[in-house]
Amino acid sequence: MSHVFLYALVGTGLFTLGLYALIVHTHLLRKILAINVMGSGVFLVLVALAARARGAAPDPVPHAMVITGIVVAVSATALALALMVRVRAETGRAELSEERPE
Amino acid sequence: MKKTMNPKSMTESGKIRTPFRLLLMVLLSALAAGLGYAVSTLSSQSPGSGEWVAANLETSGVSNPVTAVLLNFRSYDTLLEMGVLLVALLGVWSLGGIPEQRESSPGPVLDTLSRLLVPVLILVAGYLLWVGAHAPGGAFQAGSVLGAAGVLLLLAGWRLDARFAGLPLRITLTTGLGVFVVVGAVLMLVGRRLLEYPPSFAGALILLIEAAATLSIGMTLAALFLGSRPEAGPDR
Repeated sequence: MSHVFLYALVGTGLFTLGLYALIVHTHLLRKILAINVMGSGVFLVLVALAARARGAAPDPVPHAMVITGIVVAVSATALALALMVRVRAETGRAELSEERPE
Repeated sequence: MKKTMNPKSMTESGKIRTPFRLLLMVLLSALAAGLGYAVSTLSSQSPGSGEWVAANLETSGVSNPVTAVLLNFRSYDTLLEMGVLLVALLGVWSLGGIPEQRESSPGPVLDTLSRLLVPVLILVAGYLLWVGAHAPGGAFQAGSVLGAAGVLLLLAGWRLDARFAGLPLRITLTTGLGVFVVVGAVLMLVGRRLLEYPPSFAGALILLIEAAATLSIGMTLAALFLGSRPEAGPDR
């Protein structure tokens, strides 16, 4: 197995870890961080798979998509953090409530 | 402002019951195995669209393939991305900003460091913008460096002068998207398709769009960091 697939597998692992954290944690900041970890996993997969052209330069299209994705992820994170601050100001806590009917 | 937390909700919200957690782990392991299998069965050699980009690089106006894809072959993506940045900033501003923000005065190290670093960062941003035509670099990298300079200034206690916080700030924030849309529309008026640059001056158009985008991206990232809309008006 070449190192390309090692990086790609690490990327899928990061994605799954982020998904787990997104589901398990109730604090909104942790959820935002988890989404960022998932996004990093996707970026890692894209960049790794772009390097499959042997002997030639890597495929530039996934690289351009990752640059676009990073900027979108940063702005979405900023919006999510602003929403979290707003939720904290409105309700006094930055966690999702866990009121299940028992 | 510190509200007392309900102790019951705290213990309950921090924990998800163990059976659910185990079930989740099993399901996610299956997902990870599936994803890993899908990735590892891809063919180990695939040039992708690299050959196509290399064949058409001559007509793109730049010699860096990533910049060519970003600002020529798939410039529609980049146009919409500038829109996403602007909409995210509008969303953050419309939420009303950070309620109670206590500012502490920056220490002498941060103060001196930001004075030294900000001019260098602006220079680096200009270099990255220029070098993007033929080597790794470009509008987003340059814009991020500008944004970092802005964050450093904000941390050191600098605030945008109220004279510039109104219309000049808004013009800077929208100039990236604006120049992009104007270039695309003008190209349509002269009979080409949206953002289909004529090869003879594609390089100049890309540099123009990138320069405007760099300013807007840097300003937007710093504004996103500040969180609330700078006060405009003649006070202060």
